[in-house]
Amino acid sequence: MQTHPLARVGLLIHGVAILIFLYLPLVAVGFASVSGSRYLTFPLRNYDMKWYDQALASDAVHNLFWVSLKVASIVTLISVIFGFFGALAFARYRWRFRLSFQKLILFPVFFPQTVSGLALLMWFNAVGIVPDWKTAIVAHLVWVSPIATLIIAIRAYSFDPALEEAARDLGCGNWQILSRIALPLLMPGIISAGLFAFLLSWGNFPLSLFTTGADSTLPEWLYARMVSGYSPLVPAVGILTVLGSALLLVTALLIFYSLRLLRSRRFAVQVVSDP
Amino acid sequence: MQRLERRLGSLYALPMIGLLAISFLAPLLIVAVFSIMPERAFSLWNVPDFSAYLVLFQQGYWQSLLWSLGMALAATAILFVLCWPLAYGMAKVFRRFTLVLTLGVVLSLFVSENIRLFGWVLTLMKGGMLEGYLRHWTGSGFESPLYDVPIIIFGLIYVYLPFMLFPLAQGIAMIPDDLSQAAHDLGAGRSRIFREIELPLAAPGIVVGSLLTFVLAAGAIAESRLLGGQAVIVIADDVETAFTYNQNWPLGSALAVMLVMIIGAIAFYGVKRVDLDAIMGRRG
Repeated sequence: MQTHPLARVGLLIHGVAILIFLYLPLVAVGFASVSGSRYLTFPLRNYDMKWYDQALASDAVHNLFWVSLKVASIVTLISVIFGFFGALAFARYRWRFRLSFQKLILFPVFFPQTVSGLALLMWFNAVGIVPDWKTAIVAHLVWVSPIATLIIAIRAYSFDPALEEAARDLGCGNWQILSRIALPLLMPGIISAGLFAFLLSWGNFPLSLFTTGADSTLPEWLYARMVSGYSPLVPAVGILTVLGSALLLVTALLIFYSLRLLRSRRFAVQVVSDP
Repeated sequence: MQRLERRLGSLYALPMIGLLAISFLAPLLIVAVFSIMPERAFSLWNVPDFSAYLVLFQQGYWQSLLWSLGMALAATAILFVLCWPLAYGMAKVFRRFTLVLTLGVVLSLFVSENIRLFGWVLTLMKGGMLEGYLRHWTGSGFESPLYDVPIIIFGLIYVYLPFMLFPLAQGIAMIPDDLSQAAHDLGAGRSRIFREIELPLAAPGIVVGSLLTFVLAAGAIAESRLLGGQAVIVIADDVETAFTYNQNWPLGSALAVMLVMIIGAIAFYGVKRVDLDAIMGRRG
């Protein structure tokens, strides 16, 4: 069914409007971070980059950055490994409790994060663990690893069982099937799951709030300073965290594409050199 | 082969099951047990007396629950209307713009919810980005819409838009083009095609999207804190206050249990009628 050209234009405008809607507040944060005066009013009268200098020089900010980085990296690693196996169980293999397993994976994603965070706090208390940044890793995993599983599962649905059967007939064991077939096939899903895992953990606030104990992550610090004790340092640090994730994203994409380029080249060379 | 599949499936599920059992199910169980402990108990070795639930009904906590559910419902309904045309465009009309939109929306998710909501405060406050420039150019400003109920709903819409948009687009993509075309050729109008073909066939996507937004919005806390300035107290707020400020864990647990029961019932009811395999793209 053809869409009327006018309707098409209308839909395009709607889409652009939504994108503006999504990014407008970040523009405001950006402006606020270069405001020269301590008390913020628009339109800005003078611009100043001193808040960035202050943020970059501050030991407290370094520490927050380091805690967030540690937590997000470990969460990413564990989520991707567990998610890889989880996705195969979610999408590829037919087993008895598969449908229940799918629901178990979905449940934490649907769950209010404030409640999961508080529940974990009580749980740590009950078993006698003092919360610090390591317990925050556990908290983030509750939410991030199911999402990683779902993302890899989307890819695992297109995993052709015939490939595995053929490999088995040719004498491959489970381990070889995992490393030679499943891993390369699911790789695009694994990479995007890893990116999601890192960025979602990096930006998470509600789960960190109750589970970091005396340590603090960037989003926690930002929230505390937004509620009381505002200074233009807050938007400056906010913009820096956004730039941090943007940097990671760009690096990951670059690596991804250069790998692909490399692989297709190598493949071409192989094809050409084969007699 | 079938036996092998069964064995491998349960084996590969184990890490995730273990992780969620320890870090999700066990803590929930603790919450459930705490909720029946006497007031201000801090350990599980007390005689249960269910007093927290009594307090919960006597002290009007149902009000914040109603606010949470009502605002979540409003946000879900508005999001459906807002996202349907866009999701339709992404699934059926746009070509390259679909990628731009997908990337644009996903990337916004990577910025901490806090920072984005704070950006709205800076945008909408008196002397903020909108009012400040408007006053600068035209000489007259407007009252800030912050710290009221509509702005909280606005915040929910803003934060949870992706959770409605993507499932909807996925659902709409499941509608075969031939079917709408055939209905069109047989003389069905646009609204009739919408009602009798698109709506029923995209139902799984609609159910998942609406459920996700409703459930997440019902448990949300940051929107009412940052944008609403606590004009109304939401249920997640009550839960947190009971734990932190009031140091009454049983009451906080009872509130959490109530919230989880309601959300869980709704989510369970919805998820039961959805075929996950079909939505997430199993072929054949």
